[in-house]
Amino acid sequence: MTGNVIQVSGLHKAYDTPAGPFPVLKDVDLSIAPGEFVAIMGPSGSGKSTFMNILGCLDRPSSGEYVLDGKAVSTMSKDDLAGVRGGLIGFVFQGFNLLPRISLEENVALPLVYSHVEKEERLRKARVMLDKVGLGQYAKSLPNRISGGQQQRVAIARALVNSPHLILADEPTGNLDTKTSEEIMALFEELNREGITIVLVTHEPDIAYHAKRLVRFRDGRIVHDGDVSHAQHDDHGEPAISPSTLLGTEGSLS
Amino acid sequence: MIYTLLGQAWSAMGANRLRTFLTMLGMVIGVAAVVLMTAIGQGAQLAVAESINSMGANLFIVLSGSTTSSGVRVGTGNAPTLTVADGDAIAALPGVAEVAPIHPGSAQVVYGNNNWNTSVFGVTPSYLDVRSWPVEAGLPFTDTDLRSVTRVALLGKTVATTLFGDEDPVGKTIRIRNSPFQVAGVLSRKGQSLDGRDQDDTILIPLTTAQRKVFGTSFPGSVRLIQVQASSPELMASVEKSMNSLLRQRHRLRDNQDDDFAIRNLTAVADSAAETTRIMSLLLGAIASVSLLVGGIGIMNIMLVSVTERTREIGIRMAIGAKESDILIQFLLEAIVISVAGCLIGLVIGIGGALLANAIANTTVVISGSSVLLAFGVAATVGIFFGFYPARKAARLDPIEALRYQ
Repeated sequence: MTGNVIQVSGLHKAYDTPAGPFPVLKDVDLSIAPGEFVAIMGPSGSGKSTFMNILGCLDRPSSGEYVLDGKAVSTMSKDDLAGVRGGLIGFVFQGFNLLPRISLEENVALPLVYSHVEKEERLRKARVMLDKVGLGQYAKSLPNRISGGQQQRVAIARALVNSPHLILADEPTGNLDTKTSEEIMALFEELNREGITIVLVTHEPDIAYHAKRLVRFRDGRIVHDGDVSHAQHDDHGEPAISPSTLLGTEGSLS
Repeated sequence: MIYTLLGQAWSAMGANRLRTFLTMLGMVIGVAAVVLMTAIGQGAQLAVAESINSMGANLFIVLSGSTTSSGVRVGTGNAPTLTVADGDAIAALPGVAEVAPIHPGSAQVVYGNNNWNTSVFGVTPSYLDVRSWPVEAGLPFTDTDLRSVTRVALLGKTVATTLFGDEDPVGKTIRIRNSPFQVAGVLSRKGQSLDGRDQDDTILIPLTTAQRKVFGTSFPGSVRLIQVQASSPELMASVEKSMNSLLRQRHRLRDNQDDDFAIRNLTAVADSAAETTRIMSLLLGAIASVSLLVGGIGIMNIMLVSVTERTREIGIRMAIGAKESDILIQFLLEAIVISVAGCLIGLVIGIGGALLANAIANTTVVISGSSVLLAFGVAATVGIFFGFYPARKAARLDPIEALRYQ
């Protein structure tokens, strides 16, 4: 029980709607130990995004316990949550979310601004991280100068710059082609080998198989939790995610 | 940290230069207007104060009054009802500092080939004190001149230059109504009076000389007007009252008879002139302040647009660890940088415009450090005030909503 990076128990989340509270997460329990590589899957509206937002301290549960690295996050103040986001967690988004007007090294250094690191030190660490993801030579470029896959590498460098214990990736390959997706997943696997805990949300089974453990959400509950190898079996019993669903949720692709 | 934040504000402003410039322009115009209008308003006040001082402080003019003969009433100053003796009696009243009886007239004045028609005032030596009007060259005449009815004259600056040009008038002889007068001295420059007359177009001669040798009087010792100076502004009212009863008594007026003299309080005229310019400069400042306010609203408007436009950026910053206060300071700083930069440019333009008005239109302007500081302070406050709401709006964004914003 103790020593887990993530310890979630009895987690509920409901949104207030005109028609009354609408439950999104119902009694979710999950523990993730240090060094795990977890993929979260599930159809749209299954609650997986809400769950990720709560894990990432961007949202708070309606009830239930969430302990991150031994800290009871669910009772923290807004400012403390901001500190947790900046120091313990690294985010990787589907849309890369780099700031377009500043250079790549400044983008990578941005989290350090909010943890009050001196400018010299910030840029030094940022360059180390850019080298790590193989983009050191583009340090001074603007984000629109490089490809999507490269932008996602920069985003990963940014997530790593504060040496977090946990990386949360929300559809990190959703905007990338298959080959680039494989490269990004290889990078995640490498980071995981270095001991960083990774939790990623994805639609694509191919991507999920890079993880070691698969958690499947449906209607606000965890319906499957086990090794990825077993999940492959289970997958036959479930309808695959259809292209139409994909287009429905990611209409911006067209 | 503050350096980093300023750098961020700078790059955010640089990202949309035209918009930043236009926003700044509101501040620039506002501050320039305040500085320029205050400079001109205070300049006008100064000009009025100077012409009031040139007239003399705490002054009354006592005019000889009107009389009625055969049903015809003549206007004030035309009946010979005031005398030098009245003046001496007034001088003995408490609160009276100086008394200067005056017998004015105008005369043709000749020196060499030049001649000139000017006003000639018969005065006593105390007149120069009452008007605070020093002699620039030569010497003033004295009580001895008054007693011995000498023909000496003090020339106003305008008369001196008109008659003598570059020549030194002191000691020369001029002719006033064909009587020779020796020029004892030249008066310093006084400038225009409040009603625009040239106060330097004047010759002063001893009162007795004016009465007996130049203009003549209906009764010996009568004067047209007496200037009286009270010793302090507070005593003006009591002096006016006691003068009034003194003169009624001396002139043996019955209760049902009108005054045969008139007392004018010149300070009241001066005060209303000063009040007028004060209100004018206040009004100018108020109108200019409105443009400063409009500039501030412009900043608020643009900052609100900017917050909406950069919602996603705010979301990203929050996701990677920015606190509410970090976001608040970031946007507040942008508003302050815009307003302070606009303010500095506005100060330069405002001061430049004031100096230009001074150089081209010869307008009196006063650029005081306090008004510049005030404009700067107000502009910075406007920046903070109007920047605060958009900045708070940014800081209060929900990070999830902000990240989802397209």
